[in-house]
Amino acid sequence: MFVHALKIDDSKCIGCMRCMKACPTEAIRISEGTASIQEHRCIDCGRCHEVCPVKAIYINQDDFQMVHEFPHSVALIPAVFLGQFPEDVRVSRIYDALIDLGFRHVFEVESAAGIFAEAKEHYARENEDVRPLISSFCPAIVRLIQIKYPSLVENILPIKAPLDLSAMYCLEELMSRGIPREEIGLFYVTPCAAKIAAVKAPIGEKRSIIDGVINMDVLFNRTYRKIKEQGKKYVSKQSRTINLSSDAILSTLTNGERRICLAKKSYSIDGLQNVMDFLDKLENDEVEDVEFLELRACDQSCAGALLSYENRFLCGARMYARARKAAERERNGEVPREREMDKWKDYLLENSRVEPPQPRSMFVLDKDRAKAFEKMERINKLKARLPQIDCGLCGAPTCESFAGDVVINRIGLSRCIFYQRHLERKDDITRQECIAAMNAVWGKDDRMKDDID
Amino acid sequence: MHQEYTVIEGDFVNAGKASSSVKKTLKQLNVDPAKVKRVVVALYEAEVNAIAHAYGGKVLVDIDSDKIHMVVADKGPGIPDIALAMQEGYSTARPEVRDMGFGAGMGLPNMQKNVDKLNVTSEVGVGTTVEMEVNF
Repeated sequence: MFVHALKIDDSKCIGCMRCMKACPTEAIRISEGTASIQEHRCIDCGRCHEVCPVKAIYINQDDFQMVHEFPHSVALIPAVFLGQFPEDVRVSRIYDALIDLGFRHVFEVESAAGIFAEAKEHYARENEDVRPLISSFCPAIVRLIQIKYPSLVENILPIKAPLDLSAMYCLEELMSRGIPREEIGLFYVTPCAAKIAAVKAPIGEKRSIIDGVINMDVLFNRTYRKIKEQGKKYVSKQSRTINLSSDAILSTLTNGERRICLAKKSYSIDGLQNVMDFLDKLENDEVEDVEFLELRACDQSCAGALLSYENRFLCGARMYARARKAAERERNGEVPREREMDKWKDYLLENSRVEPPQPRSMFVLDKDRAKAFEKMERINKLKARLPQIDCGLCGAPTCESFAGDVVINRIGLSRCIFYQRHLERKDDITRQECIAAMNAVWGKDDRMKDDID
Repeated sequence: MHQEYTVIEGDFVNAGKASSSVKKTLKQLNVDPAKVKRVVVALYEAEVNAIAHAYGGKVLVDIDSDKIHMVVADKGPGIPDIALAMQEGYSTARPEVRDMGFGAGMGLPNMQKNVDKLNVTSEVGVGTTVEMEVNF
């Protein structure tokens, strides 16, 4: 079972093919006039969401009202959330606003960045034969490797992401204060769809301890509105000024993990296409001696995440500015609040491992190799007859993927308009059959208006 | 299933075209990822050899449901002493080829390590044929 956070609203979808063309794993098809996502191929990267002109692709989130159902509701916020706010908005005001919105506690996900780095180092020392090690930080990357680069699955660090570590910390910390588990509600504020999918269906774990997910753009609106309402004269309830260390703030941006890792030779790569180009080379053994890879699906990492409303470069610049301030305070001897987590460090490190992710290749035509072989020969034969212009009018992104759909899912070949013409010329197809074939892709509503001259 | 590719002397830009395409095919056939890797590494080495050391040539690949058979046939200059060329670290590569990260003398030994069957025949002035097989 693959749980996905990206959904398509059929009532809004106009079947324009933009998402189908943008999908890096060819997971989208058009049928009966709307797009649909093939679950086994989707990695929740959200490229489809970015290109949709009518906002038909949405990210499933939990009801905000759930926050009020727990006496001790916790907002687990990512550092990029802070990057959404102008620099003159103090962190303490943001936290105050979150409390006013109904959260009892606020914790930063990246508080666990230091422990995450340490867990990675432990694993690296114990497994010197596994290189390069690929960070488990970005869940879209983990899924990409599972379906597209199965031979590299064993290179993924089987370490919980900072999100899971900080959630574990919150739970232990609050329970140690005598609060019963059922009164604690952990709410993750997510910058992207992949993280939701990871929370709802964690790889290598039975279930996540997170109780709910809230989309970052939605919470930003509510929080910023609250801050505006409270006005300039508002006096903050919180005295703490430094929660995250500068390293932790930057860990979520490109180069963030790499700059604090001990590996001699490592690369930071962001953007899905860049990552795929690199993994193609790595899989062929064309890249030598690399020890650590920080791979992120989004351009500019989490600053460019789907639910980051602010421009990715501005968001990144704001985070750098906040990190500089944090670094200055650290130099002056102030200790960031994230160090409180050290109390639970041994426990967190002990429980930081997950079962290694398993390959689940999207390419396999059939588990039985003889049958796969037979299907491939049929696909190749079919492919050679198609026009190879990847027009998409058949409802598949490429002629090649269409050939696969015909052989595997028994889709009618007459959905190809070129092949249809060919059949018409030979009188092998009726007009009604042509219309039926196109209706299967584009739906029954006539897209053309009758009054065109 | 038969696939053919042409390799051109000195065309490093296109090194790996054949091995990448073979890789995709084998993934679709549900071949064990470790074996796919062996095939790709060996074929890539052979491709680079034809580009770096020879005057180009052809890659012929035949895949069936239990094995892959690969032939990389180049157009010369040929290897005078195959036994010597099979030794790790032995290389006749020109300095400019070495500068590009190729020609470390690991090509043939690396192929040997990764395939189940390797047969190298060569005639000086005519060309070298590398024949490899990997069972799935």
